[in-house]
Amino acid sequence: MYQVGSLVRELSDKHGRVRESLMPILQAIVQKHNYLTDEAMVEVARELDISAAEVYGTASFYTFLDTQVKGKYVIRVCKTITCSMKGKSDIIHTLEEILKIKVGETTSDKQFSLIETNCIGWCHKAPAILINELPYTELTPEKVSEIIKDYMQK
Amino acid sequence: MENKGLNKVDLIFEKIDNREVLAKGFKMSSEEIIQEMLDSGLKGRGGAGFPTGMKWKFTAAEKCPEKYIVCNADEGEPGTFKDREILDRVSNKVHGGMAIAGRAIGAKKGIVYLRGEYRYLLAKLMIELDSFNKMIKEIGYDFEIEYRMGSGAYICGEESALFESIEGKRGEPRNKPPYPTVSGVFEKPTSINNVETLVTAMMIIQHGAKNFIQYGTKDSRGSKVFSISGDTPTPGIFELELGMTVQQFVNEFGDGDTKAVQVGGASGFCVPRKKFAETIIGFEGVPTGGSMKLFNSSRSMYNVLHNYLDFFTEESCGQCTPCRVGCQQLLKGVEKVKKGEAKSTYLNELMKLADTMKIAAKCGLGQSVGNAFKSIVGNFKEEIIY
Repeated sequence: MYQVGSLVRELSDKHGRVRESLMPILQAIVQKHNYLTDEAMVEVARELDISAAEVYGTASFYTFLDTQVKGKYVIRVCKTITCSMKGKSDIIHTLEEILKIKVGETTSDKQFSLIETNCIGWCHKAPAILINELPYTELTPEKVSEIIKDYMQK
Repeated sequence: MENKGLNKVDLIFEKIDNREVLAKGFKMSSEEIIQEMLDSGLKGRGGAGFPTGMKWKFTAAEKCPEKYIVCNADEGEPGTFKDREILDRVSNKVHGGMAIAGRAIGAKKGIVYLRGEYRYLLAKLMIELDSFNKMIKEIGYDFEIEYRMGSGAYICGEESALFESIEGKRGEPRNKPPYPTVSGVFEKPTSINNVETLVTAMMIIQHGAKNFIQYGTKDSRGSKVFSISGDTPTPGIFELELGMTVQQFVNEFGDGDTKAVQVGGASGFCVPRKKFAETIIGFEGVPTGGSMKLFNSSRSMYNVLHNYLDFFTEESCGQCTPCRVGCQQLLKGVEKVKKGEAKSTYLNELMKLADTMKIAAKCGLGQSVGNAFKSIVGNFKEEIIY
């Protein structure tokens, strides 16, 4: 849980209180807090003067607008065919071992979430993952261990 | 059938003087630009292949004072990554193509819809857009571009779903007609073009339609950027002249053991080895938005098909029944046949279901699930059953 505070108001000032601002506002909240709380969505609904159901309905359509608790670093592992052929499973196993969580879970310290995702456009450098918005490609279990250890130091 | 062989070209990523090409474009009238596009035979590079000149002509014909040019950068087709590379390396040509299109159709506003997976590019693109917007002002032309981000939904690559998303709604495709050229984003006449199409339009303005049609075949003019992945020693992005056979492609990019090529991504067609020589890559044979995936004999085509069906089941927006239920049933169906819980003849029923989806689904997603399904099951039946 996080406190939305004045964030929604600031974002509404910036993007405007119209329906087409809904996506940019939700995206900005997720960029800062990694997921949307019910309180945040109600607050957005109030600022834009639309129903909270409209906000939730829109947010829940998009996989990157999470409405469940997510960690500070969201790891998305591509599971589409080329990544799957080039060792995606080994990457998942390695991540599960280091983070001590399964796919779909978040670490208890709320630092990392591990999820699978569909094609992220790095098939020529498979297997690939996204950590928040940054892509990491041509991974091996060793390489991905190093990357996660760096994030753990942050 | 024309066969041009495999020829590498370098036009899309070629460095140009953007200002010079734009100045040339702005000197042309709307009709002249559209005529040039029609003469070039350019077809959309996103995969569907609608003639770009026609799209611009229809949008230009609308009398509305407010129109839009939208750049579809929601590149989500499995195996496609060329638009990312184009935006990364030559975004000025993308922005330039939008300004030319704006001139042709009479739009003063452009919107780029960039998929959420490419957000890491945004900071750089904003800097490049800034200097572009400034340059346009200096030339004295009234046109402005802005960026909107997607949030991880494959369906938003469908044009009307993309408009809904820009408007802040669920990315659910609209009924057609009306088509975007009449009622697109914000219900205004809109021309929506793929990233590469806009760059190619820029190239046509620069070199002229006469020179452009020297490349490619009658049905597939010009060159195209291919995204090549899978079992190949040289995965990556290659610009090739249109009009080669799959065999010629495999000779260049295969690993010596290629048994199938999936042309056009999960929504495209699977070409088996025995048809490599007779199949042209292009609108006269197998069309592609650029995705080319090679599979060698160590791969199970059941796994490939299962992966695609799993993809579609997740990415179907769920709005229309043929697609929502159809994807689920195709996936369950092949699993049952594989496990021996259904007879192999059940595949015939599933083939019929794929046909029904093609007719009854609301948008291109549901309509094209059958392409991969039928071409994989049709050519690799034994791998699906045993």
